[in-house]
Amino acid sequence: MTISLAGVGYRYAGATAPALLDVDLELRDGEVLGLVGASEAGKTTLCLVVSGLAPRTVGGQIRGAIRLDGEDVDAWPMHRISERVGIGFQNPATQLSQVTGSVFEEVAFGPMNLALPRDEVAERTWSALESLRIDTLAERDPVRLSGGQQQLVALAGLLAMRPEHLVLDEPTAQLDPAGTRLVADAIERLAADGASILVAEQKTDLLAAICSRVVVLDGGRVAQLGPAAEVLGDRRLRDLGVAEPSAVRLQRAAEAAGVHDARLSEALAGG
Amino acid sequence: MAELRAEGLVHVYRDGGVRALDGVDLAIAPGQRVALIGQNGSGKTTLVRHLNGLLRPTEGRVTVDATDAASLTVAQLASRVGLVFQDPDRQIFAGSVRAEVEFGPRNLGRSGSALGSAVADALAATGLVGEEETNPYDLGQSRRKLLAIASVLAMRTPVVVLDEPTTGQDARGVERVRAVVEGVAAEGRTVLAISHDMRFVAETFERIVVMRAGRIVGDGTPETVFGADAWEALRSTYLEPPLAAVLGDRFGMGSTPTDTSLIEALLA
Repeated sequence: MTISLAGVGYRYAGATAPALLDVDLELRDGEVLGLVGASEAGKTTLCLVVSGLAPRTVGGQIRGAIRLDGEDVDAWPMHRISERVGIGFQNPATQLSQVTGSVFEEVAFGPMNLALPRDEVAERTWSALESLRIDTLAERDPVRLSGGQQQLVALAGLLAMRPEHLVLDEPTAQLDPAGTRLVADAIERLAADGASILVAEQKTDLLAAICSRVVVLDGGRVAQLGPAAEVLGDRRLRDLGVAEPSAVRLQRAAEAAGVHDARLSEALAGG
Repeated sequence: MAELRAEGLVHVYRDGGVRALDGVDLAIAPGQRVALIGQNGSGKTTLVRHLNGLLRPTEGRVTVDATDAASLTVAQLASRVGLVFQDPDRQIFAGSVRAEVEFGPRNLGRSGSALGSAVADALAATGLVGEEETNPYDLGQSRRKLLAIASVLAMRTPVVVLDEPTTGQDARGVERVRAVVEGVAAEGRTVLAISHDMRFVAETFERIVVMRAGRIVGDGTPETVFGADAWEALRSTYLEPPLAAVLGDRFGMGSTPTDTSLIEALLA
């Protein structure tokens, strides 16, 4: 259960410069791979490419090879990819179907379309709602929720599909710290069940907590790829437009000020 | 310069009967930098939408310089309180960056060099110089957000309200937003910002107001609001103090809400 990209480049229709260049990447079974980079470094584009939406729905030109569990997906139509790869967009308003009258129906919409038995649709829907603690919103109209609540509803819809592969573009952007933790827990559970998950995020504290590896994009190219602690602790991170996790930043500030405090070092190393 | 005041403010949304605001009393002095924090759905956005007249109180009132906001038109309020929405796409509509930023000050009657300098200053503050002729939708999400901020800055309102300004911003974007807040405050204008980014809040604002379930449950300096005595109130609205505050308390150094304050305490 892997997604692999070999020499992938992508250019939006009408754009003069490519948005992605020479991307080699493997997303492994049961892995949470973090995706960071400055604004416009190509994070959202990579999410669209991995999920198959670019170029199939978005247009543009792609090169290189993308394999899903070993099979080249080049000739696959969108619906065949979406059975295997789920995507959560940055703006939940884009994600919501706009055709359902309640949060329950919205979250059930995906599993219904998988033609699952009614009982299983209901079970999956309640389970997804409860895992993100939005079961109390089940009867509410999705378009009348706050931005953060909509973000959780959109994610619940993806969880209910139980995807083998999941791409999430800033899934916690509008969430408070408690909502962010719920999303982190849900991602970890899904990965523990064997799904491979690509998560683009500005919140490096979150990535440090849930990712095994992290990839950094810069100008559409892979600038760094490696174990999360290594990449997020690298001194070049800030130059690449990415904020360090709180512990790394505090450690740097202490070093710069000439503070050598055993308690601080111990606390920061312990997380 | 403007003083903002909410008195006994209650707001009940028509569709759900939810008391989104349940008796809010708040006074903000001219030139203050105030952050508004609290869990999703605690009433932060509902509160700020009363300040520029997008919502009208169910009970209580909002005053701007002692004038009841209910007696002012939305247009009159717009010249005093500028609001940047959470989602820039709900705000942006013009065909070029320049047209977008000019729209507000033009509507306030500015023209000629006053208009030119208002637009130039706003673009400089948000790092959008050189993008004047760009279509806003050719900018990425984070620069569209900066454009939405620029459009409000250009109106030079005495009060600037920012709803989640750092969402989707990379490290440089967050620094830019911080500089915008400081620049606006340095001119004696008031800044009120909603944020879930506790580190940004602790480092950028002099006063932090904590909301839970439509009420204010905490109000003070970063040292007070992120001090150990206040953690229970914070956690009641599902917020966590910044790492530096947690470590300062663990080391018995009092309240150190920022990296800088913790390091100073360690050096002392």
